[in-house]
Order: sequence, then C-alpha cells, then structure tokens
Amino acid sequence: MKFRTLAWFVGPSVFMMLLFIAFPLASVFLQSFQITQPVVETVEVETCTPGFLGQTCVTETKTTPILDENGTPQTTTEWVGLLSYARVLQLDQVGAAIASGTLGSILAIDFWKALRFTLTFTLVTLPLVIGLGLAIALAVNNAARSIRGQIIFVSLLPFIITPVIGALSIRWLFYGDGIVTALLEDMLATDISVAANGWAIELLMMFYRVWHVAPFAFVIFYAGLQTVNQDTLESAIIDGASRFERLRYVVVPHLMPLIIFVALIHLMDAYRAFEEVVGFSSQAHRITLQWLTYDLLEPDDAGNRAISRASASAMLTMIGIVILLIPLLRRTWRDHKGSAH
Amino acid sequence: MSTPKALQQPASLRLASASFLAFWCLIAAFPIFWIAVMSFKSPVDAFSANPLDVIFGPTTRADGDGLSILDIVIGLAVLIAAVRLAFTQLPKWVDRLSPQGMTIVGWLVGAGAYAVGFLVVFFGILPAVLGVLNSVTGPLGAPVLGLTAEHYYSVWIENGFWRNFQNSLIVTAGVVTISLTVGTLAGYGLARSGSNLAFWILIIALIFRALPHSVLVAGYLPVFINSAEILRPILGENAPTLYGQPLAVIAVLVAINQPFTIWMLRSFFQNIPNELDEAARVDGCTHFQAFRWVIMPVMWPGVITTGLFSFLLAYNDLLVTSLLLDAQNQTMVPAIAGYFNRETTTTDQVEAVAAAVSITAPLFLLVMIFQRQIVSGLTAGAVKG
Repeated sequence: MKFRTLAWFVGPSVFMMLLFIAFPLASVFLQSFQITQPVVETVEVETCTPGFLGQTCVTETKTTPILDENGTPQTTTEWVGLLSYARVLQLDQVGAAIASGTLGSILAIDFWKALRFTLTFTLVTLPLVIGLGLAIALAVNNAARSIRGQIIFVSLLPFIITPVIGALSIRWLFYGDGIVTALLEDMLATDISVAANGWAIELLMMFYRVWHVAPFAFVIFYAGLQTVNQDTLESAIIDGASRFERLRYVVVPHLMPLIIFVALIHLMDAYRAFEEVVGFSSQAHRITLQWLTYDLLEPDDAGNRAISRASASAMLTMIGIVILLIPLLRRTWRDHKGSAH
Repeated sequence: MSTPKALQQPASLRLASASFLAFWCLIAAFPIFWIAVMSFKSPVDAFSANPLDVIFGPTTRADGDGLSILDIVIGLAVLIAAVRLAFTQLPKWVDRLSPQGMTIVGWLVGAGAYAVGFLVVFFGILPAVLGVLNSVTGPLGAPVLGLTAEHYYSVWIENGFWRNFQNSLIVTAGVVTISLTVGTLAGYGLARSGSNLAFWILIIALIFRALPHSVLVAGYLPVFINSAEILRPILGENAPTLYGQPLAVIAVLVAINQPFTIWMLRSFFQNIPNELDEAARVDGCTHFQAFRWVIMPVMWPGVITTGLFSFLLAYNDLLVTSLLLDAQNQTMVPAIAGYFNRETTTTDQVEAVAAAVSITAPLFLLVMIFQRQIVSGLTAGAVKG
C-alpha cells in the first residue's frame, strides 16, 4: 500500500488522536509549570462610623479582583516552574518526616497516600486475578459441555457491569448493616463497622477489582486452553507426569504469553483505578492517583478548579505509566525488528 | 470420542472442580441479583439485616404491595413465553419483513417494536387482568411476596432519570457510530500496510491506551471552559462553549476509544485473507472500492464486536462525563454518583439502588444477546497480541 493511500485511510483516526490525546497531553505538560489566577489589587478602604464626639474610622486593606470591560475578572498566567509539583509532593514535609523518624506521617500527604494505596492495590490484585482466572478456566474446561455456555454468561456479568455500579453492589452488601456484615457479626459475635475502617475498605476495594477483572482473565485463558497440544499432554502422561506436573510444565508454559498479556492489561488498568473510590466513598481513608487528579479538577466550594496542581499530579501519575510500559515497548520493538528480517 | 482412561479424573477432583465453579458463579452473580431484589422493596425491607426479610419483604407486603402465587405463576409463564418467542419467531419475522440489504435496520425496528409490545403486555394488560383474577380466587390471590415498583417510578418520572437516559443514548450512539467509521478505515489501512509508519502509529496508540483519563481531562477542561473566547477569532460571535456539550464529550470519548478500536479492528482485518483484496484490485477496484465493496461485507462480525466494546466504554464512563458535562446534560452513570453522595434517607438509597439496576438492565440484555461476540472480541486481541 502506498503512503498516500495509507494516509487517507489512517488520517481521520490519527487526526482525532492528535487533537484529543496528544495535544491535551502537551498542554497538561505546559500547564503544570504555569499558574492562572485572577488579577487582584489591594485597595485601602477607610470606613467611618458615626460615634460619640467625632467619627470612628477604620482603615483596612482589601483585595479585590480587577474586572475587564465585560465585568468578568481578568486573569494572568505566569510561569512558576516547579511550584505546582512542590505543592503536590510537599517534599519539605517529607524531609521533615524522615528527619524526625516518623515515616508514617508521610502518608498524611495526599499524593504519597494515593501512591502508597495505588501501588499496593495494583500489586496485590495482580496475582489474585491471574490465579482466579486460571482456576476458573481450568474448572470450566473440566465441566460438562452443555453447561459451559451458561457458566460463561454468569461469569461475564461482573466484567460487563458498569464499574461504579459493580462497586456499589458490593458496598451495599457490606456497608451499614448489610447482610454479609450482619452474617459476619453473627458468626464472630462482635460489632463490625466496615465503612469506618480503612483496611476493611481497602480489602473490599481489592475484592471488587478481582471480582471485576477475573472474568476477563478467565475468558482469555479458557481460549488458550483449547489450543493446548494434546500430544504433548499424552507424552507427559506416558513419562509419568502427575496432574500437577502436567499443569506446571505443559499447560502454564503454553499459556505464558496470555498470562503476560493479562498481567500487562491489568497493571495498566489497576494503576488508573478511580471508580472504586467513588463507589465505596473511600476518599476519607483510601485514595488513588487518578482520583487525586479528578478531585483537584472538581470545582471547590468557591468554584475554582486547581488546574495547575491537577496537571502536576497528572504528570506525576504519568511517570508510573511510562515505567510500566518500557519493558512492553522494548519487547514489541524487538519483535518488530525480528519480523522485519 | 470418549476420554482416554489415563486422562480420566478421580471423582474427588471432579467434585472439587464442580463445587469451585458453583461457588464462583454464586459470587459472580450474587451482588447483581441482590441489588435487583433490593430495588423492589420498601426501604425498611431493602436494608434489613435479615436476608429473608429482604427477599419476602414483610413491610412491603404490609403496605399492600405484593404478588400472589397466581401473579407469580402467570407472570413467569408470560415472561418465558416472551423470551422463547424472541428467540424463535422474531428472527423469522425480521427476515421476512425487512427489505433486501436492510437487515440491520430491520433488526433495530423489530427489536424495538418487540420491546414496546412486551412492555405494554407485561406492565399494561397483565396487571389489570391479574387484579380481577386475584380478587376472585381467594387464598391463591392473597399477596405472599412483597414487591413494589414505586422506587423506579420516583427515579424515572419524578427525578427525571429518563432525561439522563436520553443523554446516555445520545452519547453512546454518537460514540459508537463515529468511532466505528473512523476506526474501520484506520484498522484496514494498518492491517494491510507493513510499513514502519503503520508500526509506529500502532505503538503510539498502545501508549495512548495506557494513559489515565484524568490526565487528558486536565488538558481539556481549561480549553473547553474558555472555548468561546479561544474560537471567537475563527468562528466569530457564534463560537460555542464546549464545556457541557454532549457533542464535545462524544468527540473526546471517540478519541480515547480510538487506540483500542484500531488495535481490535486491525486484528479482525488480519483474519481476512489478503488474496481477497488482490482479486478485487486485479478486477480494477481502487483500494477504497475494494475496502467498501469486498472487505466490509465480510467484516460485519468484527465490526459488531468492536462496536459492543465501544458501547461499553461510552456507557460505563464516569470520569470524562462527570467532569465535562453540566447538570442538565448528565448521562446516567454520573447522575447516580450524585444520588448516593446525598445519602440522606434510606428512601434515597433505595432509589439509588433502583437507578443502579436500571443502568445494569441493558447491559444484562447485551450479554444475553451478544455473549459469543464479546468472548470473541476479548480473545481476538489476546491470542494474536
């Protein structure tokens, strides 16, 4: 295919991606070094109130926004360098915490709190998703052919459901006197308050994520299981391999590319976890990096959006994504070079 | 073919595997089933700590809302008949009545008409008939299962959830149409070109797929809010403020969706043998004609599958829609986020549950109808990627 033809086919898509992905990315990068704020002037106002024997006068300085001819506040944009990053990272407080030996107080800062939780969340759910997905795939492969369709249908439900609603449906089982909490309270004969405990919410959020992603891993592993080489399996049996050894040395190596694929997709998606925080209303206890940016973008009580701080936190989130992607890109590049020869 | 003896499993293993599967199915379906049950009960029952109270709803029944044994039997019979009819008769009617080459439109119209007909029968005629029957049959007609649809009524009619539904329809329809049109062109071009440029486009798309969406929204917000001033030199006085516009959100979602769409469509196009294009080209087609008249007709399964995933992305999105749409253009998912943040009374909470079930119901139908396509879509990217 000639370059011109390719350009006609790919043009609209590339244009959309440039305009709505590449351009915002560049503008976020610039914004993170700038601050836009209303121009204010300080005026001295003397207010006098009538009093006994002459007036009582108070002089005070007030800051008022300067309005332009349309009556809207004027704004200026200035370069502030790394100020927004410093505000997000709060390195001086981190330094103080390290110096005084109270490392725990670092986690009181939003960004570090979010980073700690996001990383734990991503790394803990990863093996669970792969293990559960593989277990379901093996079990379904074992089940009678006639009921596989129904099982796949039921298994797809948690995957297809709107993430917030999936999180909510689990929240309603646990929060307050949800039926599962009531059951646990009966069994353990104690009072449990899920919504008040950070670690309990953290567990629920991880449970939700595994519940939501395991079907995806299952479907992919199940498709992979259909192509396992039966001859290899039979020779393994003749060589006296036990059931577990066959799984360990024949099936899992066959599925390895798929396991890596699922792991990568899961790492990317879990790292940008967001809906869990909204669904479980966990912002008082646990927040994620993407939720932090979202929260800065939401208008505060005065209607202002902290765009520059949001940009800085967004760029910091990006660093994690880049680290995650480097091994993947290196592998794809090697494959491409390999296929060219 | 029977399983070789060496591969046969001991009964204990088969039992363990089957019970694990049953346990998984229970965990997978239970939360969804449970919110469906809760949404039909009065608040006291819905948030009762006793599961049996939630299922049978004594308070709801005491309020006079309930189903008798007769209601349940006849209702289930009508439901089963309707489902069977949909799977056996509906395809025949659609085939017979839709004109040549318009099968998709025929299906849309047919499914829509069927849904309306079902709603009229099930919620219009049936309750009236059963009301009469219940009063005649005595003990069989006494309510045993508490059930009320009042929360759905207050969510959809009183709180205006139908408006959010309408917005969701506009946004999802726009996203699916545009991203498929743009995506099929790009997917085809990328599948048929082995050049370095195509490779780099795919790699960059892969990087874009990994971006957190909040990063992009941080880039849109200042531009969209001030777009009237920015665009005024170009468009004059009619320059629109893009913030809050469904059209702007559609464009954004299409772009966010593009990397995924072109990767998936490309892998479907690669399944179509190259010889088909070459034959068309030998017969004198241009690249575009070959694409339109030879490749597209055999590509429909791939396009439908990709369309499903585009639909899911647009329908399920919370972050982009909640930040870029204003209150009156809100879609369903951000609207429900507003519901449970309020959390003042238990009635509010049950209404949130009803809204959640309303959002889930279309997805449930989708999996029912398109299970095969969803599975093939999930595996298409993985097996080759």
